[in-house]
Amino acid sequence: MASDFVPYRAGGFAPRRLPWASVATLIGLLALWQACASLGWVSTAFASSPLLIGRALAALIASGELWGHLAASLQRLAIGWAIGTVTGLAFGVALGLFTLARSPGMAVVSALFPVPKIALVPLFIIWFGIGEGSKIVTLAFGVFFPTVVNTMAGVDGVPRGLIRMAQSFGVPYRDILTKIVLPGAMPAILSGFRITTSTAIILLVAAEMIGADKGIGAFVLQAGNLYDTDNLLAGIVVLSAIGLVVSAVLGWIERRVLAWR
Amino acid sequence: MTGSLGLTAAGIRHGFRGLQVLDGIDLTVAPGRVTVLVGPSGCGKSTLLGILGGLLAPDAGTVRLEGTPPPDCLNPLTYVFQDFALVPWRSVAGNVSLVLEHTRLSRAERAARVAEVLALTGLADFAQAWPRQLSGGMRQRVGIARALAVRPAVLLMDEPLSALDAQTRDLLLDEFVDLIARTGATTVYVTHNLAEATRLGQQIVVMGRRPGRIREILTLDAPLTARTPDDPALKEVERHLWRLLRDDAAAAQAELADGI
Repeated sequence: MASDFVPYRAGGFAPRRLPWASVATLIGLLALWQACASLGWVSTAFASSPLLIGRALAALIASGELWGHLAASLQRLAIGWAIGTVTGLAFGVALGLFTLARSPGMAVVSALFPVPKIALVPLFIIWFGIGEGSKIVTLAFGVFFPTVVNTMAGVDGVPRGLIRMAQSFGVPYRDILTKIVLPGAMPAILSGFRITTSTAIILLVAAEMIGADKGIGAFVLQAGNLYDTDNLLAGIVVLSAIGLVVSAVLGWIERRVLAWR
Repeated sequence: MTGSLGLTAAGIRHGFRGLQVLDGIDLTVAPGRVTVLVGPSGCGKSTLLGILGGLLAPDAGTVRLEGTPPPDCLNPLTYVFQDFALVPWRSVAGNVSLVLEHTRLSRAERAARVAEVLALTGLADFAQAWPRQLSGGMRQRVGIARALAVRPAVLLMDEPLSALDAQTRDLLLDEFVDLIARTGATTVYVTHNLAEATRLGQQIVVMGRRPGRIREILTLDAPLTARTPDDPALKEVERHLWRLLRDDAAAAQAELADGI
């Protein structure tokens, strides 16, 4: 009778986090870029280099110019994102809970969600002026729709058995909302925050490029107009850093709020 | 927590999407007694329990609460769920506390009540654990602790052991006997398991296949704490129940296989 070892056939489909690989990849890419620039394989006037960008960034910090642009951008980002998020959460919960809100609300969301919000910036400038209003509305509008959709999906995903349980114990409606529905929807809401913060940064830059003299988007555009790739890419680095910080903050909130998972 | 409340259901009819599930149910649940609903799959036992507890509105008929709940009762009709229905983002203590937070109890009274029922159900050491960290049996203990915390007058238990393994089921069944005997709460208990039915039931309501109707009501007078799993008299009742249910159970199985 033939005999053979039973081969192991399971495994895979379970990627792990390798933090050192993330850092090594970024450092490796930067080193490669610097090497290409130092060896003259890439023109620094065309693509700059990590060292030149670092120097430009240091100069911007030392002169204080960066802080003015950064403060203007962060203020717009915070206000626009907060308005879009608060209104989006309120509408999302309403659409998730109330029959009368769902169909009309979804019709509006479905019609407006796919519209590229950048295309609306000129309209918002006409409506709200070239100042802060149009930029904040652009951000809020871009943040609002994904927040509504994610919040509604989160509310839909709350096991109805938990709501029935609470009702069977006479838990009041408001408590069911705050202790069952909202915490249950929180994973989807927080996933939505990752999308909306990125969307907000994209829209921030777009809005600042169209009509602003302060802000990272405006700074990047001005540098581009002057073919100043060092400063242009320094601005991009700042935007990337904003994204990383926001992502880290969201990760920290997720670990705290979703510790039960 | 005494059996001061009873229930009377009259003329209950209910259907889902054109399918008649319950038809003409008249049932009296006596105060302080354990009523067990048994029947084949799909006969409407859980639907009837939902209607008795006010979680489902029947198409026709009424359910009346008979009597007055004791003064310390915070939720007269209290469920224990088949799937435990524990809130995953709350600790064990938090799950029990959830059903007390809107009541007249002060914070200190609430904490004392939570500690008391967790001790009673052997969960004192797991008060801060997340539900996901518990075994199935322990999760159902949390469900029991949560139910006991509100000093229920009527316990409505929807197949509370069916999601558990056989050994845990036997252990928890013993604990149920103990708890029900000690608290004297009126209990309505839904099960497929005939051994559970004879172990707990003082009134066993046998339901027929859809549309669910009551086929027979048996009364067992032996005290709950005196009953043992091997009691020949209970075994005989179990056989009788099986004779009543066998054809319906087979038909229900065939119906499931046909995807009806």
